[in-house]
Amino acid sequence: MLYELTGVTKRYVQAHKNVAALDGVDLSIAEGEFVAVQGSTGSGKTTLLQMLGALDRPTSGAVCFDGADLAVLSEARLCALRSRAFGFVFQAFNLIPTLTARENVETALVPHGMHSAERAERAHAALAEVGLADRASHVPVELSGGEQQRVAIARALVRAPRVILADEPTGNLDERTRDEIVALLEELWGGRDQTIIMVTHDSRVAGRASRRLWLEAGTVASSRYAPEGSNELAPATADELGAVPARG
Amino acid sequence: MFLTYVYRELRRRHRQALLIALGLALGVCLVVTVSATAGGVRDAQNDVLHSLYGVGTDITVTQSAQRGSGDPQQFGMNPGSAQKQGQRFSRDAVTSTMGLALVADKKVTSIAGLRGVNAAVGGLTLSSMHMSGKFAKIVGGSSSAGGSGSGSAAAAPSTTTSGSGAPSQAPIKISSFTIAGVDVADQTIGPLSSATITTGRTFTAKEDNAAVVVVDAGYAKQNSLVVGDTMKIAGVSFKVVGVSKSASGAANVYLPLRRAQTIAGEKDKVNQIYVKATSATQIAAVKKEIKATVPGATVTTAQDLADQVSGSLASASKLADQLGTWLAIAALIAAVAVASLLTLSGVSRRVREFGTLKALGWRSRRIVSQVLGEAVVMGIAGGLGGAVLAVAATRLVGVLSPSLQATVGSSGVSTSAAQSGLPGGSSGPAGALSSLSHTVTVYLHASVSPGLLAAAIALGLAGALVAGGLGGWRAARLSPADALRRVD
Repeated sequence: MLYELTGVTKRYVQAHKNVAALDGVDLSIAEGEFVAVQGSTGSGKTTLLQMLGALDRPTSGAVCFDGADLAVLSEARLCALRSRAFGFVFQAFNLIPTLTARENVETALVPHGMHSAERAERAHAALAEVGLADRASHVPVELSGGEQQRVAIARALVRAPRVILADEPTGNLDERTRDEIVALLEELWGGRDQTIIMVTHDSRVAGRASRRLWLEAGTVASSRYAPEGSNELAPATADELGAVPARG
Repeated sequence: MFLTYVYRELRRRHRQALLIALGLALGVCLVVTVSATAGGVRDAQNDVLHSLYGVGTDITVTQSAQRGSGDPQQFGMNPGSAQKQGQRFSRDAVTSTMGLALVADKKVTSIAGLRGVNAAVGGLTLSSMHMSGKFAKIVGGSSSAGGSGSGSAAAAPSTTTSGSGAPSQAPIKISSFTIAGVDVADQTIGPLSSATITTGRTFTAKEDNAAVVVVDAGYAKQNSLVVGDTMKIAGVSFKVVGVSKSASGAANVYLPLRRAQTIAGEKDKVNQIYVKATSATQIAAVKKEIKATVPGATVTTAQDLADQVSGSLASASKLADQLGTWLAIAALIAAVAVASLLTLSGVSRRVREFGTLKALGWRSRRIVSQVLGEAVVMGIAGGLGGAVLAVAATRLVGVLSPSLQATVGSSGVSTSAAQSGLPGGSSGPAGALSSLSHTVTVYLHASVSPGLLAAAIALGLAGALVAGGLGGWRAARLSPADALRRVD
């Protein structure tokens, strides 16, 4: 199992009130799954994604990734994991506005300490993979929303991470571009044997995933797997919560 | 990537970067200008002190004359016999400078042997007074004046007379000048050390008892003396071998020490001892030792003399030391504070950016170094800009060249040369302090040395590093989740 979450709780103090963003989450995710995380606003989707991406530590519980509990790893180990195991795609793209598309992709390779020529070559290849080879020297403001998200996906892919964590990757895009981005993610999932965990409000986007998680008030309310060979979701059972998925 | 990122970020925030660099430049400029001006004031003070004191001289030793010591000067103004009435007379009197006691010159040897003393030489400062005129003629109850009434210092002594048969009051020509006896064996310290020979030469080591003089340029001009001329002192002819110039005009005439002792009738006596310490740090210890060796001596160091300097130079010095320094520090602190606030504000606006980089696996120290890198560029720009502004400001000071007055010994004893109308001055600091109110005009120049320029750039850099360090620290302590959450 790639992820094993046991009793994960995350509490914040907001306006002098103790708020539980996650409240005793138990969850397992196997390598190679395409998981869509859904839920209403404030249900804990983004917090869960941050726990899975080693961006935050739980208040209590264990977040085991490949056998290592992310809750207790040192900051240096977490940094190393972020740079090698995870690739992030954000709703607002989060590109560095002063850097070109290629340089933005290169930022993901900086922690690897590779030579600048090799870095540029790999960044260019990643951009070519998302169909933006000819836009490599453009800064974000010169790119459309869809192109910026493609750059962000290239940045997430360039170091071949084991998991791609996408937080509302189509949230800022129009319908046509949304479909293009989802198709791109599907293509990558199918061709690279990567695990994709995607937070989305959009049921049509979620319907493309192999598994759908529904969060409510910081807990996993349901988990459903799509039947093999279709995008239709099978009804979830209580046993399926935390069960090993079937890869399509 | 590092340099590209730094360059692009600075270009994006060029207004803010320019503001930070400009703030630092102004702070640095103020610090450097005040430092350079303070240096100029110090140089001016040194010029004054050296001219009064002698280059190379660290300490002078004098002994105050005891109350009631010394004999009254005898000029022989009484005609003595009826035959001499109405006849011309000429009198010379060469005496040790008033207020200074004579000491045996073996004290010089004693002081020279003290620990921490590099060299010590004796000096003898004298006053020469020449009086000429005609003896009074007694003309039965009234007097008739005669003799040479024209002169630079003609005086009519106001003796109260009454009754018949009183002597006549004759106009008498008085001229006086100051003499400094110089140890010809070592002229690097002593009264001539602060002077520059403008024409002719100074004394040779063999001329320890020669009838040769070096005259001060002002005195030479006043008396139309040039090198090769002869002048009379106490009736003895001396050949002028050189003309000297010093800001203070320490003495009108310089003689070899032994010859000065001879004409004053003070064999093996000196009234000033000039001492050079082995190092500046030894001066206080040497002063203490001298006081123990020569009890009752007045031991004056350059610092003592500096403390006695008054006038606009002293005011400028205080202004530079106190207000100027604090003003410069306050300006620098303000510049660093503004730079820090602007940097922190810049970091706050880039929270998402730094959060994203952390999510990509960037370590905190890499993000800190990125912020510091940007700060370093702004600091170097600020330092260089400040250095350029400071050079311009100090050039302006040089162009304006404000004059400063330095007055030494204004609270001297009541028999001061200035007060008694005697020309010239004393030949040493003790004399300057005790018997002369001496004012020197110096012109302020501020110069920026390469060291100061390097310090300016370092200062700008340090200010920027403080600002960048704060910004970097703020960026580093953000957890990636917090940074990304703020965006949401």
